Amino acid sequence: MSAPTLPVTTTPVEQPEVRPDLRTATRRPRRRRRLVLGGLVLALVAAFAVRVLLGDYTFTIPDFFRILFGEQIPVSTFILMETKLPRAVLAVLVGLAFGAAGSLFQMLLRNPLASPDIVGVSLGASAAGIFALLTLGLRDGAVSLFAVVGAVVISGVVRWVAGTTGGYRLVLVGVGVAAAMVSVVQYLLARSNTWDVQLALRWLVGSLNNVPWSTIGLLALALVVLLPTLAVMARSLEVLELGEEAAAGLGTGRHRTDALLLVGVLLTAVGVAAAGPVAFVAFMAGPIARALMGGRHSLLAGALVGAVLMLLADHTAAYLVPDVVLPVGIVTGAVGGPFLLWLLARGAATGRTG
Amino acid sequence: MTHHSSRLLTQDLTLGYGERRVVREVSVAIPDGAITVVVGPNACGKSTLLKGLARLVRPRGGTVLLDGEQIHRRPTKEVAKVLGLLPQNPIAPEGVVVADLVGRGRHPHQGVFTRWTAEDRAAVEEAMVLTDTYDLADRAVDELSGGQRQRVWIAMALAQGTDLLLLDEPTTYLDVAHQVEMLDLLAELNTRRGTTIVMVLHDLNLSARYADHLVALHDGRIVAEGTPDEVVTEQVVRTVFGLDNRVVQDPVSHTPLVVPVGRHRPRRPVAPDPQADQAAATSQENR
Repeated sequence: MSAPTLPVTTTPVEQPEVRPDLRTATRRPRRRRRLVLGGLVLALVAAFAVRVLLGDYTFTIPDFFRILFGEQIPVSTFILMETKLPRAVLAVLVGLAFGAAGSLFQMLLRNPLASPDIVGVSLGASAAGIFALLTLGLRDGAVSLFAVVGAVVISGVVRWVAGTTGGYRLVLVGVGVAAAMVSVVQYLLARSNTWDVQLALRWLVGSLNNVPWSTIGLLALALVVLLPTLAVMARSLEVLELGEEAAAGLGTGRHRTDALLLVGVLLTAVGVAAAGPVAFVAFMAGPIARALMGGRHSLLAGALVGAVLMLLADHTAAYLVPDVVLPVGIVTGAVGGPFLLWLLARGAATGRTG
Repeated sequence: MTHHSSRLLTQDLTLGYGERRVVREVSVAIPDGAITVVVGPNACGKSTLLKGLARLVRPRGGTVLLDGEQIHRRPTKEVAKVLGLLPQNPIAPEGVVVADLVGRGRHPHQGVFTRWTAEDRAAVEEAMVLTDTYDLADRAVDELSGGQRQRVWIAMALAQGTDLLLLDEPTTYLDVAHQVEMLDLLAELNTRRGTTIVMVLHDLNLSARYADHLVALHDGRIVAEGTPDEVVTEQVVRTVFGLDNRVVQDPVSHTPLVVPVGRHRPRRPVAPDPQADQAAATSQENR
């Protein structure tokens, strides 16, 4: 009856006739993506410069380009062209391969622990490579081929035993297989007559020491094929990350997941064939790239982070202990261990794993 | 029973996982342009049947036909232009904004090198307007409420632009108001666009209200099929759910309304009064 009359505070808002362009809605994420990728490219150039120009034998930038374009300067030319530059180039290539493969695995399997260096792919390549080298006495290209086949076979075994893509089951099976592969590598090394520390370090820990230009060229060639293939196929990732059923509903079946995983396995394998199973680079690159991207997955960002990580780790490995060039895998292992613990602790705290 | 045409139908479809057969020799024709709802108790195979219709599960026996062709024989991306599926738990990638997610529904229409076309944009805009999600376009999906998020998923499925849309329990995790809102939205889509809708629902009464065609499943077999009035009877509900019940008329929609009996006795037993029921129904009608 005597309901108090409320002052009308809300006026009906007219729907705007002209709706804003949908592109404005995605502008902020796209700008962030451009900024992060630009920043990562700059970081990569900076890390490359640090690795090549600084250290116990420094170069000026003009000297660097003079030597690069063929000028012979005693000692300098040799140090740049035969040690520093190949290491830096190899670090970039291996880092790109591992970073892209790691991000791809983590995205497809929806688990940050499911990177190829943890689920046995890297070590499968390593075991097959060293088997070809020591037991069969093969060299160069043939060894790389064995590493690639080994990685494919081992990942097939992991996938078959785990029975599913994703979940902790695959990670557990993979960790078990990885442990078995380490013992295979150790056995082959222990049995061989030609026990060579450099060789052991390469195939067990991962190292950029004394890798010839020919191997680097082979790796570059493989990446020229694999990375564009991945870029083309990556289009279906934006559907696959909605879950297997939603993706299937949108016409992207399980075979696409397997094909993408195969590309990831190949990227890992060619990286391992050149530099060995450098620990945790694939594993760390994805989560770092995601944190920079505000939670979004990005293969390109992951690849760039991988390359920057490799360069920084190799620089540290070379100059951490005076007069000793550590294998890069020791540094990445030392950093990656705590990173793994941090990731798990954070997952436990927030109830999520990535 | 009226005769209707069906672009999507199954013949003696048997589906299963491992040793278990979950759907047994089901032959069902989905009426075009109607809302079909599959109901049944937990683990009766209703979700599996929906996945089978969406070609996600390979048949053990029998076939699924889409436009007269075996659905598994057709290229999956071609099927995705005609038939859409919204699964029960799709994953919203972290940090993704609404416009981006809805845009992913255009995937089946895009090739490897084709760019975003005007047609794609129009489809996404229309889907967002229909689902009332346009104003959320630049919001991150993981920040939205459950009801908003579900509308965004529906928008993505609509952007796919399919004539048939399959939904697996689109009202799970929603409160009753949002359940009704969601089903109203789907009913509107069905009326406005003529989209054929097939969905699995838990709530029998809401199913009876929104369905043109009901399929009751028990132990992987169809027990009853037809209009809600034909299917939702005390007899069928007792057989399918093993529940002692009364069926009365829903005072709002005049569709059958199941009232469970249960063992719990009412505190003040009241003699049933059909006259009062009738009066309530008519008063609701004049609302």
